[in-house]
Amino acid sequence: MTPQVALIGLAGVLTSAAPILFGVIGETISERAGVTNLSMNGKILLSAMGGFAVALATNSIVLGFIAGAVIGALVALLLAFASITLRQSQVAVGFVLTLLCRDLSYFLGNPIMGATGPSLSSLPIPFLRDIPVLGLLFFRLDVMTYLSFLMVVAAWIFIFRTRPGLMLRGIGERPAAAYVRGANVNRLRYLYTMAGGAIAGLAGPIYSLSVKAGWKGTISGLDGIGWIVLAITIFGGWNPFRAAFGAYLFSLLQWLGLVLQPALPGVPSQVLQVAPFPLMILTLLFVNIGNAEWVQRSLSRLPAPVRRRVAKALRALNATPPAALGTPFEKE
Amino acid sequence: MGRIGGGGHVNRLVDRLRTSKALLQVAAIILAILLTTFVLLAAKAPPLAAYANIVLGAVGSWDVAANVLVSWVPLLLATAGLLITFTAGLWNIGIEGQITLGAIFTTWMLRGLQHSGVDPSVIISMSILAGMAGGALWALLAGALKTFGGVNEIFGGLGLNFVASALNLWLIFGPWKRPGVASMSGTVPFARSLWLRTITEQSRLSPSALVIALLAIVLVYLLLKGTHFGLRLKAVGKNPNAAYLLGVPTWQHMMISFALCGVFAGLAGAVQVTSVYHRLIPSISSGYGYLGLMVAMLAGFNAAVAAPVALFFAALNVGSIQLPIVLRQDSSLAGVLQGTLVLFVLLMQGVRERLARKGLAR
Repeated sequence: MTPQVALIGLAGVLTSAAPILFGVIGETISERAGVTNLSMNGKILLSAMGGFAVALATNSIVLGFIAGAVIGALVALLLAFASITLRQSQVAVGFVLTLLCRDLSYFLGNPIMGATGPSLSSLPIPFLRDIPVLGLLFFRLDVMTYLSFLMVVAAWIFIFRTRPGLMLRGIGERPAAAYVRGANVNRLRYLYTMAGGAIAGLAGPIYSLSVKAGWKGTISGLDGIGWIVLAITIFGGWNPFRAAFGAYLFSLLQWLGLVLQPALPGVPSQVLQVAPFPLMILTLLFVNIGNAEWVQRSLSRLPAPVRRRVAKALRALNATPPAALGTPFEKE
Repeated sequence: MGRIGGGGHVNRLVDRLRTSKALLQVAAIILAILLTTFVLLAAKAPPLAAYANIVLGAVGSWDVAANVLVSWVPLLLATAGLLITFTAGLWNIGIEGQITLGAIFTTWMLRGLQHSGVDPSVIISMSILAGMAGGALWALLAGALKTFGGVNEIFGGLGLNFVASALNLWLIFGPWKRPGVASMSGTVPFARSLWLRTITEQSRLSPSALVIALLAIVLVYLLLKGTHFGLRLKAVGKNPNAAYLLGVPTWQHMMISFALCGVFAGLAGAVQVTSVYHRLIPSISSGYGYLGLMVAMLAGFNAAVAAPVALFFAALNVGSIQLPIVLRQDSSLAGVLQGTLVLFVLLMQGVRERLARKGLAR
């Protein structure tokens, strides 16, 4: 592999991580507010199909992306209504929505299957694109990939460095305290669930209008991505930067799998396609094992210096969810 | 909670809630049909023709009706298992992988014994037992990840589903491939003597499989309603900390419920191999696990209600098979109808609880 080819491949990793980033940031915002939106997998499929259908009908890529965001927000609104207003289990409603959205996308997308429609072209940035190495890697991408970089930074600043962001963390960690400080917990939860849904809804059109352009029904290869997104959200510890690291790591490994395939003739391609999933279990294991009771118990038996070092390592890996995640808020 | 008046007030309230429950359930069904009709209109499909096609596709002839029973069997088995994990408060999404592992273990045993000269009925029984063990093993893996690794069973289970399907594909395209060329049509079919007996030569409906599935749901009903174990499981599901303080070994009960669910899931996989496909195919679990989760939810986690609901869902699945040929519509319409139905039932349940809260607070 020449350096040139490797650079183009790595730039491809940045592009293919973009939809995952939008999904992860959207889910992170929703979960920071205390609402798990388990509908991600179906939502990505439905917004991919819907975004492509709208772009195809109007010949406008922008409208396609808007459609994706609207679909994401509407699915989130349904979940918010069922879980916040009607206090049904977020897991149950989210799971039903994920299956329902998937079947809806296959049913409604049937007529446009295999159609050729518009797709996003790359937008090289003048001057910057000519910088050696960096130009090829960072400045000849498409607009959604640039936006994905900005999104990560903006989300981090919003969550950790602004007043509304403080309130967002508050309603997910200690809703009662946030309520006392004057926050309308449930209204804010509606707002952030829908905002997160809209951001995550952009992931679909990024696939169907760019990364995997077109709609191919069950063989689109998108079924399963949403679950990866949810896992990376946990791996990311509800922090946009750490989540971005997870998304890039995932895309990089997927690309390596593709590159290494000729070197591993004994492994069928179908197996390499699902290789990310055992990986997902392993990462979740690393992130969560510090919380397990037996780990805590065996830690306490270790000599003090070793214990401190191990505990520190586990804490670095560990991710603790927002304390009020998944629970309805009741003012008493 | 505010003031509650006399006993009469509470009784009237309870009465009103009971009627409203029935009304809201009917409303949920009507809303689901309305929304699905809207989806059909959006797809420019004639709704009445589509519904008629589904009904005829499910009960139009003895053959299709038998096919409904064929798909009822694995769905009922999956649901039976899931009722156990739901009772323990667990979301066993990994059930798809458990069905797949059941099918893989069954095929493995059949392959090992098919030329051994052992009596076919013994081979079939051992293969089904192997399938049950395979399902339980995979479920215990998800359970161990949760108990010892702190990995939520939803994500552990999902990951294991994908691993199971990778393992399945690897076997079909690798070690167990058909002589010559491996293909998506699966492994070499087993000899007829190793099939579960079906009602006719052509049919895929096996009376023994049907009996097994019905026994399974009755067994689960009795286990959850009439045994001390079922009661403890319920305590773990309602409040694990309180159950632990009352002396119920919590994680052990969770592991047992995972294992039991895996046994039923593995049984479903074993039935698919021995009576339906007679070989291992790539999508052997056919989404019955996920559908089982929906059935359990729609049935309000009640085993007696789950059986007819599963039959209805199986009829929808089989009934929609003809949609692509007759109306050029995708058969995923069945999933749309099933999904909206469960969604609206959940929403109406929320509405009822909200009304009850308001009623009590008044």
